[in-house]
Amino acid sequence: MNLFGDAVAWLLDPANWQGSGSIGQRLAEHLAFTSIAVVVGVLIAVPLGWWIGHTGRGKELVVGITGAARALPSFGLIFLFVMLVGIGLRVPAAVVVLMLLAIPPVLAGAYAGFEVIDRRTIDAARAMGMTEWQILWKVEVPLGLPLLFGGLRSAVLQVVATAVLIAYIGLGGLGYDIVQGIQLRRYDQMLGSALLIIALALLLDAIFAILERYSVPRGVRAGRATDVRTTPTGRRATADEPATT
Amino acid sequence: MTWVMNNLELILDLTLQHIRLSLLPIVLGFVIALPLGWLAFRYRLTRGLVLTLVGLLYTIPSLALFVVLPPLLGIGFLSEANVLIALTIYAVAIMARSVADALASVDPDIRQAATAMGYSSWNRFWTVDLPLAGPVLLAGLRVVAVSTVSLLTVGIVVGVQSLGYLFTNGFQRGILASVLTGVVMTVIVALIFDRLLALLGARLMPWTRARERRMATPTAEVTA
Repeated sequence: MNLFGDAVAWLLDPANWQGSGSIGQRLAEHLAFTSIAVVVGVLIAVPLGWWIGHTGRGKELVVGITGAARALPSFGLIFLFVMLVGIGLRVPAAVVVLMLLAIPPVLAGAYAGFEVIDRRTIDAARAMGMTEWQILWKVEVPLGLPLLFGGLRSAVLQVVATAVLIAYIGLGGLGYDIVQGIQLRRYDQMLGSALLIIALALLLDAIFAILERYSVPRGVRAGRATDVRTTPTGRRATADEPATT
Repeated sequence: MTWVMNNLELILDLTLQHIRLSLLPIVLGFVIALPLGWLAFRYRLTRGLVLTLVGLLYTIPSLALFVVLPPLLGIGFLSEANVLIALTIYAVAIMARSVADALASVDPDIRQAATAMGYSSWNRFWTVDLPLAGPVLLAGLRVVAVSTVSLLTVGIVVGVQSLGYLFTNGFQRGILASVLTGVVMTVIVALIFDRLLALLGARLMPWTRARERRMATPTAEVTA
């Protein structure tokens, strides 16, 4: 237990928060890599996922990408990309690898958000005279938001965890103090930064869990409350009907 | 290609080592997740507790877990036990949720019928619930296997030999072929585990194959 005391002491030592290579700088590097990778990943995955969800074309692509991504060792990909483009371009190489990790969960979330919408809701919107564009923005996007945020949450976690490993190609981040600690055999430093990494991951997870919960449209939440009372007949009626036509 | 030819023995050794080290977390993760998942399925109170706990464990990045576990458990930082326990924790975290979902996927009417036929809850769990939950369990186990194989490569940073050795060593010595071989072999090992589990599932649950074949026709029509 004394080790944990040393680790906390290392974390709280003002000397470790000053100058270049300070904990604050490592944290900023970590968050910068994470946010750039996630934002770029979102810009690619969300329109693609929405397009697949709206048109129903290319569903196999989503299943294929999410399945294949799980098998790829991200640790190896970081080294592979840096060696391919050269050590001078290691910053973009790292961003690309982290972005590749962010895409599958966001893509799956964006697509699944549309997929779970009751087809009759969309038919009703169309029957009311909405254009395809209005259906997309006023029906599908709001209803699909909770699942999209769920995907975004896994993407952020994945990227934050993998960004720890970019220290191995000399890019800093919170993993730097662990890598350096291993070399210098300084367990207080390793454990201190490990605890900070865990705290950061838990904090981001909590933030996105809240976003996920509050992204449920008000109308859906109100509908759910009435649903409880009408469950016996209501649910049977929908379950027996084929979802796809 | 010449690098691969000259290092075949090393690649084979590391691949076998990788398979050996992956097996224990996958099996142990399944065994531990079974009662946990049942608790998450059966009682409302334990559901919240178990699912929150495994959710938090899954959030911890692997390198941080390798650092935190040794002082907590009194094991060596550079030991195989460190990596195996960490990977088992991730396996449990994924699998416990899968077990809960799998048990929930069993038709409650079937469960009631079994109870009406006089099954005790213990017998019903093993002979009715578990086999019927099989397909969802298998899907979860395949995810666990693939992600365990992939995560094991990080173990090299605490000195545990696996295909991850080809990453760090290849990078330090500037051998692209080594890193590439490591990535390709890791994916191959993951795919082998995935296929083997799928085959095992088809063997143990012959009824799912028949259902797949029956369901294959209408879905094909829909997509066409």
